Amino acid sequence: MTSKTTIPVHLDINGQHHELRLEPRVTLLDALRDRLGLTGTKKGCDHGQCGACTVHLDGERVLACLTLAAQAEGRTVTTIEGLAREGELHPVQAAFLEQDAFQCGYCTPGQIMSAVACIREGHAGSDEEIREYMAGNLCRCGAYPHIVAAVRQAALEAAQ
Amino acid sequence: MRDFSYLRATSPDAARQAAALPGAMLLAGGTTLIDLAKCGVAEPDALVDITHLKGLDAIEVTERGATIGALARMGHVADHADIKSQFPAVSEALWQAASAQIRNMATIGGNLMQRTRCPYFRDPSNFSACNKRQPGSGCSAIGGVTRGHAVLGTSQACIAMYPGDLATALVAFDATVHLGDRRVPVDEFFLLPGTTPDKEHAIEPGEMITAIEIPSSIAARRSTYLKVRDRQSYEFAAASAAVGLELEADGRTIRTLRVALGGVATKPWRAHAVEAALKGKALEPEAVRAASLLAVEGAVDHGANHYKIELAPRVVARAILKLGEAA
Repeated sequence: MTSKTTIPVHLDINGQHHELRLEPRVTLLDALRDRLGLTGTKKGCDHGQCGACTVHLDGERVLACLTLAAQAEGRTVTTIEGLAREGELHPVQAAFLEQDAFQCGYCTPGQIMSAVACIREGHAGSDEEIREYMAGNLCRCGAYPHIVAAVRQAALEAAQ
Repeated sequence: MRDFSYLRATSPDAARQAAALPGAMLLAGGTTLIDLAKCGVAEPDALVDITHLKGLDAIEVTERGATIGALARMGHVADHADIKSQFPAVSEALWQAASAQIRNMATIGGNLMQRTRCPYFRDPSNFSACNKRQPGSGCSAIGGVTRGHAVLGTSQACIAMYPGDLATALVAFDATVHLGDRRVPVDEFFLLPGTTPDKEHAIEPGEMITAIEIPSSIAARRSTYLKVRDRQSYEFAAASAAVGLELEADGRTIRTLRVALGGVATKPWRAHAVEAALKGKALEPEAVRAASLLAVEGAVDHGANHYKIELAPRVVARAILKLGEAA
């Protein structure tokens, strides 16, 4: 069995390879923020209740606060920093800007990562479905109507 | 969160053996275990990560039933076309549980092993008494704030509510849990608290859930999961019902009824009394509502959770009548 001190962890994040030595208890969220300086992924509740830490693991949305960094080895991690392509905002990022889908902005990276996956999953077919499948992302400012509008716009654009 | 050692299992047998060592636990999606480790409730010395094992995540549906691998994730099972058509209550229980992110992480095996959300259980720094956490230490919930606690299956040692949705549907349709070669009916897999609330599952050290199996039936094909809660989504049940219905050829007489309750009991709660009372009866609102009251036979409240005793039969009746309408 591996020692309790540190273990080597190889992470593939936004197309870049990182080699770290971490205590096994370090979550993917803490590795991203504290070790790699990728602070776009936010720490809200740290207990899987708010969605601020949403990232993609092998293309699927998950919570970085309840994922050990070691569990992400061998998988592809995408964070909010990895969405834009060659200086162009991702269509969901652009839709959030156009629809003014945030106030303080703290939940926004998680909302956007969740929305990208929600649309890709095919769960953005109606406002009702968007609300249900975005329920894991809380917004304390209450920007929900604009968030739904942004996801709806991006889903329509993606379908064209 | 206290530190632990980490081992990535290379085979199911290696995982079982490593997790049988004192202080070791299996780690799958982590949505319960990592959370409880942060709360100071789970204090593993070693975690055995099984999420990289191959071949344990298959979803297979035949005429005889569904076999779902322990590492299949909740979201994938919920969206599986054959699960949706053959076992709608199972799909509905899954997509109404947790959030999309958690459903992408949480596995079916881990779902069965999830712990109660009792706030006293989850808060050892403020409440040292919890018989589930520390046998013999007492129960902080009894006499405390009980709005979310169980009214069925409680004991003097523990009134913690079983929070899951999936197992409520599984118990309604006589599913079995595969622990390697050993098979345990889901109803027997979950234990009543009695005097040993720390022992929640009929699983022994060295065992690991490998799959669940749900037999096909006409009632399972015509089934639904109705979940009533304090907010519309991403919330545990105030009361829920998994219901399946098979009618006679006349289209109105009940041949088979399956009913199980969630959000009100200490384990997934099959309501045999409701099923028996309506067997052979016409599917009529008054009869259904009267029989549904039997769902909470023997219920005991602890003050603030009294509403569940009134709510649960209404949820059961509404679910049965909704199925009756969808002829």
